[in-house]
Amino acid sequence: MGRAPSSLVPWLLAAAGTLLLPWHMQQDGITLRGVLALGQEDPEAASAAWQALAHGRFWFWPVVAAVAIGLPAVQPGRGRAVLRMAAGALGLAAIVAQGLAIGVQGWSFPWLEATFGDLGDRQFGIGLGGAVATAGFLFLLTDGLALRGLFKGDRFVAGAVGLLVGSIVIFTAWPVLTMLSQMFTPREGLPWTEALGVRVLDRKIWGLACVTANVNCGVFWNTLMLASASATAATALGLAFALIATRTGFRAKKALRLLTVLPIITPPFVIGLGLILIFGRSGVVNQAADAMFGVELGRWIYGFGGVWLAQVFSFTPTAFLVLIGVVEGISPSMEEASQTLRASRMRTFRSVTLPLMLPGLANAWLVVFVESLADFGNPIVLGGSFGVLSTEIFFAVVGAQQDFGRAAALAGVMLVVALAAFVAQRRVVGRRSYVSMTGKGDVGLPVPLPDGVRRAAFAIALPWALLTAVVYVMALAGAFVKVWGRDWTPTLEHFRRAFAVDWAPDGTLLFAGGAWHSLWTTISLAAIAAPITAGLGLLAAWVLSRQVFRGRTALEFALMLTFAVPGTVIGVAYILTFNIPPLEITGTAVILVACFVFRNLPVGVRSGVAAMSQLDKSLDEAAVTLRASTFRALRTVVLPLLKPAIVTALVYSFVRAMTTVSAVIFLVSAEYEMATVFIINRVINGDYGLAIAYCAVLIVLMMAAIGLIQLLVGRRRLGRRSAPAAIPVGGRA
Amino acid sequence: MSLRSLAAAAALSLAFAGGAQAQGSLNMLCAPAADWCEAIAAAFQRDTGVRVSMSRKSAGEILAQIRAEAQNPRTDIWFGASAETHISAAEQNLLQAYTSPNMTGLHDWAQNVHRITEGRCVGVSSGAIGIAWNRELMARKNLPVPRSWEDLLNPAYRGEIQLPNPNSSGTAYTIIAGLVQLWDEDRAFAYLRRLHANVNAYTRSGAAPMQAVSRGETALAVSFNMEVTSMAQAGFPIEIGYPTEGTSYEVACMSIIRGARNLPQARRFYDWYLTPAAMDIGPRVNQWHVPAHRGATPDPRIPDLATIRLVNYDFATFGQAATRRRILERWDREVGSLPR
Repeated sequence: MGRAPSSLVPWLLAAAGTLLLPWHMQQDGITLRGVLALGQEDPEAASAAWQALAHGRFWFWPVVAAVAIGLPAVQPGRGRAVLRMAAGALGLAAIVAQGLAIGVQGWSFPWLEATFGDLGDRQFGIGLGGAVATAGFLFLLTDGLALRGLFKGDRFVAGAVGLLVGSIVIFTAWPVLTMLSQMFTPREGLPWTEALGVRVLDRKIWGLACVTANVNCGVFWNTLMLASASATAATALGLAFALIATRTGFRAKKALRLLTVLPIITPPFVIGLGLILIFGRSGVVNQAADAMFGVELGRWIYGFGGVWLAQVFSFTPTAFLVLIGVVEGISPSMEEASQTLRASRMRTFRSVTLPLMLPGLANAWLVVFVESLADFGNPIVLGGSFGVLSTEIFFAVVGAQQDFGRAAALAGVMLVVALAAFVAQRRVVGRRSYVSMTGKGDVGLPVPLPDGVRRAAFAIALPWALLTAVVYVMALAGAFVKVWGRDWTPTLEHFRRAFAVDWAPDGTLLFAGGAWHSLWTTISLAAIAAPITAGLGLLAAWVLSRQVFRGRTALEFALMLTFAVPGTVIGVAYILTFNIPPLEITGTAVILVACFVFRNLPVGVRSGVAAMSQLDKSLDEAAVTLRASTFRALRTVVLPLLKPAIVTALVYSFVRAMTTVSAVIFLVSAEYEMATVFIINRVINGDYGLAIAYCAVLIVLMMAAIGLIQLLVGRRRLGRRSAPAAIPVGGRA
Repeated sequence: MSLRSLAAAAALSLAFAGGAQAQGSLNMLCAPAADWCEAIAAAFQRDTGVRVSMSRKSAGEILAQIRAEAQNPRTDIWFGASAETHISAAEQNLLQAYTSPNMTGLHDWAQNVHRITEGRCVGVSSGAIGIAWNRELMARKNLPVPRSWEDLLNPAYRGEIQLPNPNSSGTAYTIIAGLVQLWDEDRAFAYLRRLHANVNAYTRSGAAPMQAVSRGETALAVSFNMEVTSMAQAGFPIEIGYPTEGTSYEVACMSIIRGARNLPQARRFYDWYLTPAAMDIGPRVNQWHVPAHRGATPDPRIPDLATIRLVNYDFATFGQAATRRRILERWDREVGSLPR
């Protein structure tokens, strides 16, 4: 890089945000006239500079000063790097400090009030100006850092890393830490140390009474048991399906592929409700057993057994998705070598194929383990007396106890377990790669399975697939009958109540059904969140896999961490953190979109990393050699080759935004109601017909959306003979 | 279309929007069933022109939300949920007092809550705890219909009764607090320990046992009358009776949030709901709460509280956080930890 280019754009952002745009969030939105906020009479509608100048809000002077310092640094020139860094750092620090120190009731902390006296003024959360200025200062800082030689002097990379770090700090680290800090709040009569001890060392979390007597153990052990059992069963089933799909001449492989999308497009509760209809006390199986053998099977479905079964149904496809990539990735040449050495098929399977799959199996196990940990819908429908961490956190906040401290302690325990699983998974997958897929052509055909293994796989997989189909059919049948589980007269009444459309007298279309509002909101917010998630995720993937800089591992870890934080924790954390200035976004669409983006970001990252590792680095190097900028190389060379990863990220974040429930239940407001929350309210009310009708509509919509996204993004065109496209392994985890 | 006519249209639509906004808006959190909440919001909007933004959440979620929002409230009015949760919110200084001119027409139990919270909430409806059973399942298993708390101890009901867990369910707390007030604390817990042999699950949600009875998943449950009536109206074989010894009841309340941004509209809603016409909305959407207003239209499906033997429920004492914590801890120690 011959000369240091100018930093005009970031400085202009910072200046515009500080001088021109209204600093705070405007309650009624921003009008075109309100954008120019210099000289506003209402301090709340004015820009930061004008508030400092005309309204005596002294706390904005440091921000203005930072803009002034940055001005001479804008010109090209190497010596200006320090100045840019100083301006950026001062600006950011000033914005954060004033935002945290001064809130809607003046000083936010008692010690500030004690030191400086009553402020006599207040401010609300930051809006357009504040956000733009923050971004401007951030990029000034990263520009400065890049000019000092960090990130190999690449300003684009520096800016990308800055953006990622900033957004993770704001939307994940800060809320989670706020939530966890609730653990330390004193409880009546107890100082915080003892209150913390009581909360964390609770017998209800760690109790081991179930070992000796027939009572419930602590929720920690319940959760651990459930997650391990679900992970083991789902991995075994997933393996059976994966072997059938890749190593046998099974005809209905297309149908097996369908199985992989089912769980991600299934709204919560559907599986639980279906299981009750089949295995519940008044379910089909029980009634048949009663009628035929006079046996009463009882109500085993409520409790560990039922939740476990539901989770295995829900997560087997996840395991399948992970394992199919692994099984496909095993190079047939090794197996061929084994057979050339006259090993039998069984021996080849045992001593070559299986060991090669072990890391994949461990990965699948851990992915399901974490999913089970975070699962909320199944335990709440089928749990009965059986409690797990995710439901306990929910009830600690919203139940009769109203104990944020206890919720925080439970959340802390859950976070530790999730992190442990996560670290273990990285160890397993990160070690030497066993997947023997290289850029070179793999010649040879996969070895057919030994007969014993094949029979076992079919014997396990086919009944299970049938059962899955039955569960779905039973559950979705609820949408088309009068009273689900009781009066099976066919009807379309539920759909009419939810999605009725009338013609108003003046000839316009009137969406009269009760579900339209939440459906529109859900679709539009999911559609807003999906491209942001995909964009940020792929940017992160590119930075992580292509650039080398200090702290890369930490960034990668932080990115993946967001996935380990359970939805319930995120929901409570968001409402605690973002209801008060400096970021006051509760009740707006912003908080929901932010929640979706940062919950689903790891998926974008993973599918991006997986796809990126298939692209040889020489491609971008060639572009850079031809004097393309880093950004241009990314845009014209890497992006077009990443189409499958883009599809995965878009589809997944869109679909997850539509089916997620545990986080958003705390974040919805009257104006922004989500479909899943609408469904839960009907389930709570016992109105299963309407709830399931809505679920059915969502499933159809999501399938359409997946098709549409695939159509829009298109396939990547490789000038190569066609090979089966690789699935980003672990795309769901 | 020329630019000028576009501008005119924009100005017109702005003026129109302004007209609709003249009555202001109201942010409401609503705890009862979604149908009821929607019907109330729609009726108020129709009657007054105030634009209502209503969210339905469970009582606990609402309390969690207004606590989290305490420094900067987004909610104006909180409709529904038991008096205890409102008292708990009042204790934490989250509510503001208001006395409506329409108060005089209310039943004593509704006014009583207003008195003990120093005006920070008022009763809007009530419901009594009863024993619910599945008619078909009871007939098939040849079980007698229980008439009293004592009857529930019958060994024939072993594994057939479902109760909610007080750690998460307000209904469960109402049941236990009622037994404590009916007898005394020691006797109530002795009873619960004996009852445990017949209980198959302590569910997390208060409505779950009643739904399990409706669908034939369990034969008996202890539940509020209005939920049972809703299920019976939907065609499920569920019935309810009130224990002869006496039973507990709840008063659902309404309150105005401290620092509400739309205070005049919140008061207007408060006044509006305390009229017989507003209280008649419930039964039209299959909600069978006992209305607080004396002038509300009676319905055979709504029980007359005067004919049920009720305990003298002390909302002030049993609404306190300390009492609640003590009872929950005792329940955990003596009932929750019993072997299954």
